[in-house]
Amino acid sequence: MGLSLRNQQQLLSKIATGNGHGEDSPYFDGWKAYENDPYHPIDNLQGVIQMGLAENQLSFGLVEKWILNNPKASICTAEGVNQFRDIALFQDYHGLPEFRNAVAKFMGRVRGNRVTFDPDRIVMSGGATGAHETIAFCLADPGDAFLVPVPYYPGFDRDLRWRTGTQLIPVACESSNDFKVTIEALNAAYEKAQEDNIRVKGLLITNPSNPLGTVLDRETLTSIVSFINEKSIHLVCDEIYAATVFSQPDFISIAEVIEDDIECNRDLIHIVYSLSKDMGFPGFRVGIVYSYNDAVVNCARKMSSFGLVSSQTQHLIASMLSDDEFVNEFISESAKSLEKRHNYFTSELEKVGISCLKSNAGLFLWMDLHKLLKEQTTEAEMTLWRVIINEVKLNVSPGSSFHCPEPGWFRVCIANMDDKTMKAALTRIRIFVNKELVVPTKKRCWQNNLSLRLSSTRLDDFMMSPHSPMQSPLVRAT
Amino acid sequence: MGLESEQSRLLLSKIATSDRHGENSPYFDGWKAYDRDPFHPTNNPQGVIQMGLAENQLSLDLIEDWIRKNPKASICTAEGVNEFKNVAIFQDYHGFPEFRKAIAKFMSKVRGGRVTFDPERIVMGGGATGANELVTFCLADPGDAFLVPSPCYPAFGRDLGWRTGVQVLPFQCDSSNGFQVTKKALEAAYNKARENNINVKGLIITNPSNPLGTTLDRDTLVELVSFINEKNIHLVCDEIYAATVFNSPNFVSVSEIIQDMEYVNRDLIHVVYSLSKDMGLPGFRVGIVYSYNDLVVQCARKMSSFGLVSSQTQHLLASMLSDEEFVENFLKESSKRLAKRYNTFTKGLEQVGITCLKSNAGLFFWMDLRRLLKEQTIEGEMELWRVIINEVKLNVSPGSSFHCSEFGWFRVCFANMDDETVKVALDRIRVFVCRGKEEDEQQQPASTVNTKRWKTNLRLSFSSRRHDHQEGVMSPHMMSPHSPMPHSPLVRART
Repeated sequence: MGLSLRNQQQLLSKIATGNGHGEDSPYFDGWKAYENDPYHPIDNLQGVIQMGLAENQLSFGLVEKWILNNPKASICTAEGVNQFRDIALFQDYHGLPEFRNAVAKFMGRVRGNRVTFDPDRIVMSGGATGAHETIAFCLADPGDAFLVPVPYYPGFDRDLRWRTGTQLIPVACESSNDFKVTIEALNAAYEKAQEDNIRVKGLLITNPSNPLGTVLDRETLTSIVSFINEKSIHLVCDEIYAATVFSQPDFISIAEVIEDDIECNRDLIHIVYSLSKDMGFPGFRVGIVYSYNDAVVNCARKMSSFGLVSSQTQHLIASMLSDDEFVNEFISESAKSLEKRHNYFTSELEKVGISCLKSNAGLFLWMDLHKLLKEQTTEAEMTLWRVIINEVKLNVSPGSSFHCPEPGWFRVCIANMDDKTMKAALTRIRIFVNKELVVPTKKRCWQNNLSLRLSSTRLDDFMMSPHSPMQSPLVRAT
Repeated sequence: MGLESEQSRLLLSKIATSDRHGENSPYFDGWKAYDRDPFHPTNNPQGVIQMGLAENQLSLDLIEDWIRKNPKASICTAEGVNEFKNVAIFQDYHGFPEFRKAIAKFMSKVRGGRVTFDPERIVMGGGATGANELVTFCLADPGDAFLVPSPCYPAFGRDLGWRTGVQVLPFQCDSSNGFQVTKKALEAAYNKARENNINVKGLIITNPSNPLGTTLDRDTLVELVSFINEKNIHLVCDEIYAATVFNSPNFVSVSEIIQDMEYVNRDLIHVVYSLSKDMGLPGFRVGIVYSYNDLVVQCARKMSSFGLVSSQTQHLLASMLSDEEFVENFLKESSKRLAKRYNTFTKGLEQVGITCLKSNAGLFFWMDLRRLLKEQTIEGEMELWRVIINEVKLNVSPGSSFHCSEFGWFRVCFANMDDETVKVALDRIRVFVCRGKEEDEQQQPASTVNTKRWKTNLRLSFSSRRHDHQEGVMSPHMMSPHSPMPHSPLVRART
């Protein structure tokens, strides 16, 4: 080719040659280890078990049954093909009305019908990934900032910042109060931004939380709304895990809070949603922007052209989510399955002295391993992480990848595997913990024995974007 | 209210409050007229016929046929549901390998097997809309510019420039040489931009052309590639209409050209593709970025997260486009039907003295109504356009919406209707033109001054009623085929 790398870089945009995609990070070890040696219940019992994927695989039986009973939902069945042409030609960015109606109804149902959603405010996007980027493009200029409580989903760094040029400012949360979002922390972060001459355009919260798996209580939500209303900044609520709530306390949506609890300027309120977690359909790329601000709805709708939901998929989802009986059964069964999995896992962990943050939602546990750290530092956390990957052979996610300020926390996904695999994972953890606790001298040996099997190559595909570094067709999700 | 809305504006980003989405434009008349009064062969035979939609509706029956015979291609049939879970959880931005292979094979077939495509370079985009934006984000910084020969697809301004901050600079081609792109015009545009201190990052061409329906000849392509190579700027080729070529000359893809130009820096060459036009599947949002530049492939692939193709749709198309027999037959048959429809229209128009630019591709023809303009200005063109919408009741697209500097050209889509509607449309045109002739003949004795104003016999049949549409009303419009009324389930396609 003859062109130097520097020339290459001048050829491309700053966005392309920068690392705003977030994938240049030392966290790829887990993925590589998994790719090199993936666990299989029959073919590879010694392989690495994937626990870094926040997928909901527990309720497909219900969905598949529905599919078989509802051939007209597809444009490819004998019963549904008469719709093929109309659907294949439909590219109106308003979306199929029946799709919007069904999604609005589903969102209401997920919130116990305590609120209703207006189908005309439902705007499509390329997954929640696309929804977040679209929202940032609508609300903020390059250089503007969003406040985000830590720990938070690593993908936000890319979704909100990469092509938009906005910044993310962490809001401190700590384990001493279960990582709750406090007004003091919000004010501190906001004021620091002011001092640094950074214009804060909004606050982004994820409720239920990833990675914590907890829900925000009414008081916190109300004070958050009060805060953003007073500062006249936007509130973006990612409610992507809304239907993964499996036990008390109830999920309280921002939609309910602004309806019942507090007056505020609704032009500041926006919800991001998706079917990737609640239904387990990340491949279908069903992202939703729901804004109470008319101008944002209009703008986001125009922008949705860059990432509309396939009309084939809109048609299927419209049919499925309009089926009240199915939806009721799914939401209830899914919550039950998640609860069962959660309870079993946490109780087994407790038996070996591992505690997790008390949680009632999400597809993961927030596991506390700080007692196993050599020292309370990020480096020690990374060291422990590599041990877990290479020795225990579980791909879990270290808290530092979620910008957690306290070392020693790990997110462990538990809804992306069958019972057999779950039991295998627990057995390994049991063995590992017992090994560490039974012989105290071994702890001192940590400093000497652990061989860090780091690869020195840096790959560009990595954990936060669930993509295989190799051409693997395996499914990923964070 | 005023203060509130001003505050509202301050709440949002500059991008949100600008109008680079391109929809605040006086061109909504056609859509409004159509939405208010859509033609239907039995229910509303007097309604407005939609001829502003570049859709390919002529060969969907072939696809439906295939669908019926291949239930495993769907994850919703009894035969295919065992794949439902695997497909539903697959969100890897590499895409299904079988999808990429099938697309690469299809693209090659469309080019007569004269060139092969590497599945590893196939990257997904949210339709061609997303693909064009994506590639621009990879190649240019805010303030940089892309040159584009005009007349061009109206939404390039939005797709390439709205959220990217990149300038889109059309340069004129005119009828003196059949609107062909010349190196001379390109060079002049490039130099002018440079003189104005604009950093030109690339050239984007649509081949086959929208709205012209013509294909670039080999020599011109070679010239263009040489030029960009020499200036070290990118070449983005939107080949979205590649399989709509229905007549000679054959389609020549940029991919073929560079095979024979060893000295060209392939890091500058990028192809944008989609199945929206060639297969008639705009709803499925299958956009493709194919770059010969490894860094661009990697970057684009990461960006594709913002607009991946639904795995359900990937799965279906992987199956369909791997079926070589189906693909061969489809491409052949689709071409035949497009040729037939094109000929029907152009012959019908010729009979009443209306000529079109000679074209061999696309889903439309470029109609020459310059002689019917009262004055050779944009106002003249818009006036004629309103007559066509309101009197002749055809929603066609005025050339100015494609940034055409010559007035009086109109793009007329022909592949989005059935044969009956074609007849009705042609009848209306015939009636309109003949009525104009009659009126003109009647007026002849009375005033020679009037006829001198018209260079020909054709005369417009005006209604004296002033149209009641308001200019500048904010509403979605022709370039984005979205109904101004939000609840219309009517299908639209992008121009």
